[in-house]
Amino acid sequence: MRNEIKHHLTDDLLMAYAAGTLPEAFDLMVATHMSLCDHCRARAESFEAVGGCVLQEQDASASMSDGSLAATMALIAQGAPRAKPARPSCAVLPTPLQDYVGGDVSAIKWKPVGMGVKQAILPTTSEATARLLFIPAGAAVPDHSHNGIELTMVLQGAFSDEIDRFARGDVEIADQSIHHTPTADISEDCICLAVTDAPLKFSKLMPRLFQPFLRI
Amino acid sequence: MFTEIDTATLDDPTADCAAKPVWRGPKRIKGKPVNGQNKTCDTRKEWVSHIRRIRDAQDQVAFAELFQHFAPRVKAFLIKSGSDAALAEECAQEVMATLWHKAHLFDPTRATVATWVFTIARNKRIDVLRKQRRPEPEDLGWGPEAEPEQEDVLALQQETAQLRDAMAALPEAQRQLIEKAYFGDLSHREIASQTGLPLGTIKSRIRLALDRLRHAMN
Repeated sequence: MRNEIKHHLTDDLLMAYAAGTLPEAFDLMVATHMSLCDHCRARAESFEAVGGCVLQEQDASASMSDGSLAATMALIAQGAPRAKPARPSCAVLPTPLQDYVGGDVSAIKWKPVGMGVKQAILPTTSEATARLLFIPAGAAVPDHSHNGIELTMVLQGAFSDEIDRFARGDVEIADQSIHHTPTADISEDCICLAVTDAPLKFSKLMPRLFQPFLRI
Repeated sequence: MFTEIDTATLDDPTADCAAKPVWRGPKRIKGKPVNGQNKTCDTRKEWVSHIRRIRDAQDQVAFAELFQHFAPRVKAFLIKSGSDAALAEECAQEVMATLWHKAHLFDPTRATVATWVFTIARNKRIDVLRKQRRPEPEDLGWGPEAEPEQEDVLALQQETAQLRDAMAALPEAQRQLIEKAYFGDLSHREIASQTGLPLGTIKSRIRLALDRLRHAMN
């Protein structure tokens, strides 16, 4: 069930996730990848250990106010906040994504963006954008380069571009220097999670006309 | 300047810590600065059993001791992250209440109590100060059958102790850089690859714990 993931997240992303300083859309990418990749989960948790050390070294003389322990016991007495019911694992969407979609693949509200490609923008804060992409088997996403950083993770199927082939769990990290045409494998429709901190730039005139509709 | 240190430690290579008997309870002594820095050695294993006592017996004494140690640190951490003192105080109380409610979720083969408290405080900061949702990875869960081996707990606590020592031994400027990254003051671009911290062993240890969990789940 767990395939071999070849393309992982970088240390700076995992450290920023552990520190809690990423935009929400990037947090979603990291949490989704970690759900499929124990290698990166272990790396992120070791960066959390660094955070534990930072906490431990804090000056404890910034004391709590009188009665703070009693106030906390009163908070505890109010009972635990209701835990969200755990979502069952789904073959395509790991649970952090299901929380944003509101269900499994059937709950995704796809919008066509042309040439059979569909997308669904997920509700996150505006510093960065997260969206699901549907690329029909054998189809290509228009040749494009990037203003900022774009992470694309495969959830179903696979795609290939000028860099390599990417299958479930693999993350492609693209920046200004990368100019690529991802093409889905012919055997299966490809579903990806894509996160970017800047709008995509399309190279050819036609796709550029689509950009306003892509809202990315 | 002198700082308070706990007597009990694991195999901590630092001289003034290693000289002390292991796991002697919460008694504290005055320690001297190491390498020109104030260094605090906590009762690592003790805190693990404190969480157990809360989980199994709703032990308020154990909680009060944890509170005394961690609440001021969480408050200081939140203030350095940009919170005012009143909000930091309120959040620190909520963080400690969460620790109580989630005691059954703590996995000592993957994190020390300090690491775990850090993650709760971090999530509180994202929620309250940054006002955004925090996506978490899929829960691995760990049932009663996955109650961890003592040996695995000790190994993880030891490696975290070594990580702390390595951090304390870093040049001051570099240590401050790492702290700032965790307070949210800095981009992580350059820092992550240049921490100079020996993260390899602790990463392998956590990976083993994850493998065991996966195995237990199947």
